[in-house]
Amino acid sequence: MKKIFIFTGLVALMPVFVTSGSVLNLVVMILYATLLGQAWNILAGFGGQFSFGHAVFFGTGAYASAVLQAKFGWNAWAALPAAIALGAAAGAFIGALSFRYGLRGSYFALVTLAFAEVFRVLANNVPFTGMGVGLMLKLEPGARNFQLERAGFLYVILAFVVIALLISHWLKHSRYGAWLQAVRDNEAAASALGVNVFRVKLGAIMLSAALMAAGGVFYVQYFQYIDPSIAYGPAVSIEALLGPIVGGLGSVWGPVLGALVLNLLGETTRGLVENAPGVNLIVYGVVLVAMISFLPRGLAGTLRGLKR
Amino acid sequence: MFEFGIVFSAILNGLTQGAVYALIALGLTLIYGVLHIINFAHGAALMMALYGVYFLQRSFGLDPYVSLVVMVPLMFAAGYAAYRWVIGRASHGKDENILLVTLGLAIVLENLALFLWKSDTRTIETGWTYKMVPIGPALLPLPKVLAFAGALAVAAVLLFFIKKSDLGRAIRACAKERQGARLVGIDVEHVFAMSFGIGLACLGAAACFLLPAYYVNPTVGNGFVLVAFTIVVLGGMGSFAGALAGGLLIGVVESLGGLWFGESLGQMGIFLIFIAVLLFRPQGLFKA
Repeated sequence: MKKIFIFTGLVALMPVFVTSGSVLNLVVMILYATLLGQAWNILAGFGGQFSFGHAVFFGTGAYASAVLQAKFGWNAWAALPAAIALGAAAGAFIGALSFRYGLRGSYFALVTLAFAEVFRVLANNVPFTGMGVGLMLKLEPGARNFQLERAGFLYVILAFVVIALLISHWLKHSRYGAWLQAVRDNEAAASALGVNVFRVKLGAIMLSAALMAAGGVFYVQYFQYIDPSIAYGPAVSIEALLGPIVGGLGSVWGPVLGALVLNLLGETTRGLVENAPGVNLIVYGVVLVAMISFLPRGLAGTLRGLKR
Repeated sequence: MFEFGIVFSAILNGLTQGAVYALIALGLTLIYGVLHIINFAHGAALMMALYGVYFLQRSFGLDPYVSLVVMVPLMFAAGYAAYRWVIGRASHGKDENILLVTLGLAIVLENLALFLWKSDTRTIETGWTYKMVPIGPALLPLPKVLAFAGALAVAAVLLFFIKKSDLGRAIRACAKERQGARLVGIDVEHVFAMSFGIGLACLGAAACFLLPAYYVNPTVGNGFVLVAFTIVVLGGMGSFAGALAGGLLIGVVESLGGLWFGESLGQMGIFLIFIAVLLFRPQGLFKA
């Protein structure tokens, strides 16, 4: 808890001392990756359910916000809770189906991936999402329209990240969190002890989906554009799982650490090899394979091991 | 709704496409049946094999069908090495780890291709690319007919090999009961690596049959991955005959779905079948 306060204070002071736009942009991107990572971590790290299609929640949040604004004339701030609720609803729907029928492990990963693809094809084909062309938000700068300066965006994404960290902290120390981790470690045993496995997993996927949807809303406001392959393509799903695995699954600070290290690595390689699309992703893939091979507990877990 | 001739040729087209799907799915189902892992790098490996066929034709003038003798052993070696040195080591006894490692490999391969060859879509042309074969009222492109025959031939060879050879028996033993296989003196790690190699060798063959009628770019594998997963799940994970039947079925469903609902919504039909089968019949359509 204390650590979360210190972290918040340090990041919140950054715009006061740092004026460079590109540095602030990097901080925003790291926080954004942290949010996606923490969302994935709640379901996979604490709940043991590995989703390979988390983009489905991200995209639902992003599209909900963009469509409500562009087609129904909603204010962006009003669209935010609606989008988060819709994301959580998508989580409830997919979770209820998969967990009711007992999908686990690889099967769950596959079904989430398939849902993301279905949503991508749908977004490509139904008129109110703008189809393949995507949706662009009208440019109306101002805090009232959730179109902020860079520092403003930094505070918004920081707030999301802090909420995610608090949820993660709560999972570490609450009864519900203990249930969730019991389900992860041994579903049959947890069930025998009276844990309602289905409801516990459903809660986790809804929390995770809501945070993912918040990430989608943030993306739309920050870049003011969304299209089906950004929203529901595999890139977001992969971004969400890379951070926690590199940083450490099932920990509060793992996704933060993972997002920080990966983004710095990505920036460095992009600086070293210019004009090379995909080169940072090659590095990410290699890091992912290397981490699982040599440090399966992630950076956070390994550091904790060293301290002892 | 449509004339018989159009529907008939759509079905034939679906069958030829389905045979190639089946070949891709055979590799996947072999790997799943033996190792109990889902190879997320399957699509990326197929993409690499397609580039292999492409460059063999461009640089050495090799006909795609002659490339079979190069690509099949090459993909086998790549698969064996990948399992021995990367995937097998990373597992630490947990299935999720293998899932993630193969995903990591897919990311690396896909972006390596993007880095080396850019995102251009490439095709090859041979003397017979545009030859047509009349079958009943339908006209089919020759490469597709050859792909159909070739895929079935490779599948037959594979089935025979798994049934009759010593390695095939060892593979089946490891699939059923790895502890027992180890106890009777089978080098389980070697068999796992061989299975992974054979799985990728199927992709080498599939690439040779596919490229003359298709194209290659760094993300071409993605389109095949989910379809191959669907087939594997439909046929029952680890079942060869199921993969073959599932492949042909999905090919026809995609072709007819495309005819009636348009290309991209036809694709969605496949995913919906996939989700429905995963939810309601995870043991596959053909198992009791």
